[in-house]
Amino acid sequence: MTYTPKMYESIRRVEATRSERLSETFPRLSAEEKEELLKAFHPDFIPEAFATLRVGPNKGRRTPHELAAVLESRSIISSDFDVSRTDLETDVLVIGGGGAGSSAALMAQENGAKVVLVTKLRHGDANTMMAQGGIQAADQPQDSPTIHYLDVIGGGHYANDPGLVEALVKDAPDVIQWLEGMGAMFDKKPDGTMVTIHGGGTSRKRMHSARDYSGAEIMRTLRDEVRNRSEDIFVLEFSSAVELILDDKGQCVGAIVENMETEEYRIVRAKCTIIATGGSGRLHYQGFATTNHYGATGDGLVLAYRAGAELLHVDTMQYHPTGAAFPEQILGLLVTEKVRGLGAQVLNVEGVQFVNPRETRDVEAAALIRECKGRSKGVVTPSGFEGVWLDSPMIDLLRGAGTVARALPAMVRQFERFGVDIVKDPILVYPTLHYQNGGIKIDVDGATEIPNLYAAGEVVGGIHGRNRLMGNSLLDINVFGRRAGVAAALRAREVQPGKPTLQHLVEWEKQLQEADLEPPDMAPVLFPDYVGKR
Amino acid sequence: MSEKEELIPIYIMGKQYMVPPSLTIQKAMEYSGYKLLRGCGCRAGFCGACGTLYRIAGDYRLKIGLACATMVEPNMYLTQIPFFPGEHKTYKLDKITATPETLFSIYPEVLRCLQCGTCTKSCPQDIDVRAYMAAAMRGDIAAVADKSFDCIMCGLCAARCPAEEVQYNIGILCRRLYGRYIAPRAQHLAERVEEIQAGKYDDEIAELMAMGKEDLAQRYNTRDIEPD
Repeated sequence: MTYTPKMYESIRRVEATRSERLSETFPRLSAEEKEELLKAFHPDFIPEAFATLRVGPNKGRRTPHELAAVLESRSIISSDFDVSRTDLETDVLVIGGGGAGSSAALMAQENGAKVVLVTKLRHGDANTMMAQGGIQAADQPQDSPTIHYLDVIGGGHYANDPGLVEALVKDAPDVIQWLEGMGAMFDKKPDGTMVTIHGGGTSRKRMHSARDYSGAEIMRTLRDEVRNRSEDIFVLEFSSAVELILDDKGQCVGAIVENMETEEYRIVRAKCTIIATGGSGRLHYQGFATTNHYGATGDGLVLAYRAGAELLHVDTMQYHPTGAAFPEQILGLLVTEKVRGLGAQVLNVEGVQFVNPRETRDVEAAALIRECKGRSKGVVTPSGFEGVWLDSPMIDLLRGAGTVARALPAMVRQFERFGVDIVKDPILVYPTLHYQNGGIKIDVDGATEIPNLYAAGEVVGGIHGRNRLMGNSLLDINVFGRRAGVAAALRAREVQPGKPTLQHLVEWEKQLQEADLEPPDMAPVLFPDYVGKR
Repeated sequence: MSEKEELIPIYIMGKQYMVPPSLTIQKAMEYSGYKLLRGCGCRAGFCGACGTLYRIAGDYRLKIGLACATMVEPNMYLTQIPFFPGEHKTYKLDKITATPETLFSIYPEVLRCLQCGTCTKSCPQDIDVRAYMAAAMRGDIAAVADKSFDCIMCGLCAARCPAEEVQYNIGILCRRLYGRYIAPRAQHLAERVEEIQAGKYDDEIAELMAMGKEDLAQRYNTRDIEPD
């Protein structure tokens, strides 16, 4: 599965310009140039790819067709389903077993709550586990939360909720310290100073990492700690929340949970519920391949939306500039931004730079698409995909032999499995669907507009505005997971649940009828359908 | 890859399916009609959900791989090990110390390790599991933490271990002990947390929060960027 002779011809051109490029910095784009580039080549700006929602709190607003289809669909559960019984009762129900769900569970437990955590796959099967590059926090002397704030809000095109950004940047160092105290092995200098590097759109070196298993290290630490508290946190794997339960006062009082193996439904009654179901890359917007894990199908958006929660910025998705474009077996999988953070440049078929490698993700992705589709300067693979080179061999030249092996073991292993040596040869990349920039509207405590319903993690909108910076997602899952956990536990002490109902489903059906919609599908979809495909 | 690709036989739990040879085991199972539930997670080699045991007809050796990262081969007999009943001991990290005694009291079976190396042969991450178990027997927590770092906790080592060790849980205990007690703490981090708690940045941030988009954009577009 190594590169073809034709691809090697292009690699020779990359090698020919390499020594000269080591000292070269491609100029950054001006604000106007960025704007123009995004409008012409970013997938968010393709009008045909979007639908206008016809029902629900976001009626009249745009979202991709694939998301509109699930948001406007019917519930798996019939509105006359009996929700009067109780199969499991708890103070706080956490839906989702990734980083946000786990940090929420830990903090809810620390604040006196009994917790049930339900998750569709295994605990830890989540995008958190796959995040490689790092986590931002302004803890170095030359940096500050204020500068971090400016980077976040500028990168997000000023559409961010200022209060959420403030919480994000001010909690960041505390989150790192919390994880350090739980034993997460961040990359450090011998005196304990954190090793931090740049990411796209950062104005200070603020990216903390744990080799290139940063997310995995955080996820397995959180998961291990949840397991240590199994007396108070009951984890139910292979169990999907398929519908929320509201009471006669409109408060959320739990969820209907499907046992994915027996297909039975269980009623989990909770004083407070936290949605932490993550993103939706497996809906494959605009046909894009994705970096996301198998279960990323936007379930939490669907549940919250049907219950009446507004969604923010669901008309913008993040396309990671560097998804694998070769070999075909790993098409679309993440090539961490840390590769660019460590100095690798992006080059076209001629071996020539066309964009600074440290632009924000949306701008960088648009530049890659322009190079391939707009200028026909991409490299075509045997299976007909297209990409540009990410010059990983530069890293050892810039930072000393062995850097790639030490700092990017997961990447080296990923490609080695398919016969590509990224220490020696560059990586062929093309933008891939990576992140849901928007989601459920929350306040600084993770509270949604529905009483006693909280949300945290990728399912939330507003923190990152219209574009998230690298390293702010591993951060936000912890910041808002912890906040939602604390708030839900405190709130659970005073909640007076009313009579459980599925009245919101009756009203949903009415809305569908009034809009003349006969949706053929039911949602949440829970898994993508790859059966019989290749 | 091409339309003309010739199909090859693979055997999923003994049953034959004809699949394109360019697929991973995971995609070949889906191609064959399986809707995966267990045995599928990140699909990218990070989560350990898809540990797979296989043998090629005519070869006595058992092989291992992650279904998402291993290509099918002709006459591959495969089964997934989506769950393994390995024991996870609970402990309170803030109440223990990073000493060999801690490790031996939480997982006394560490000392039963035979050093046979089956674990190393069983690791889809090519981790030298035997070596970190040797370090564990010496009570060298830092070495276990370092050598086990790339572990994705798929459980294949434990599944094959004749001494019934749960290597991956020993690994994470040592990593957490190392991260909390042995690695030097980041002093600058602790200082910054205190500064924030004392409200040092409140006014600056409040000023940015009150700014209109144009002023913010002006500030953002002219901010200085730390050189490499």
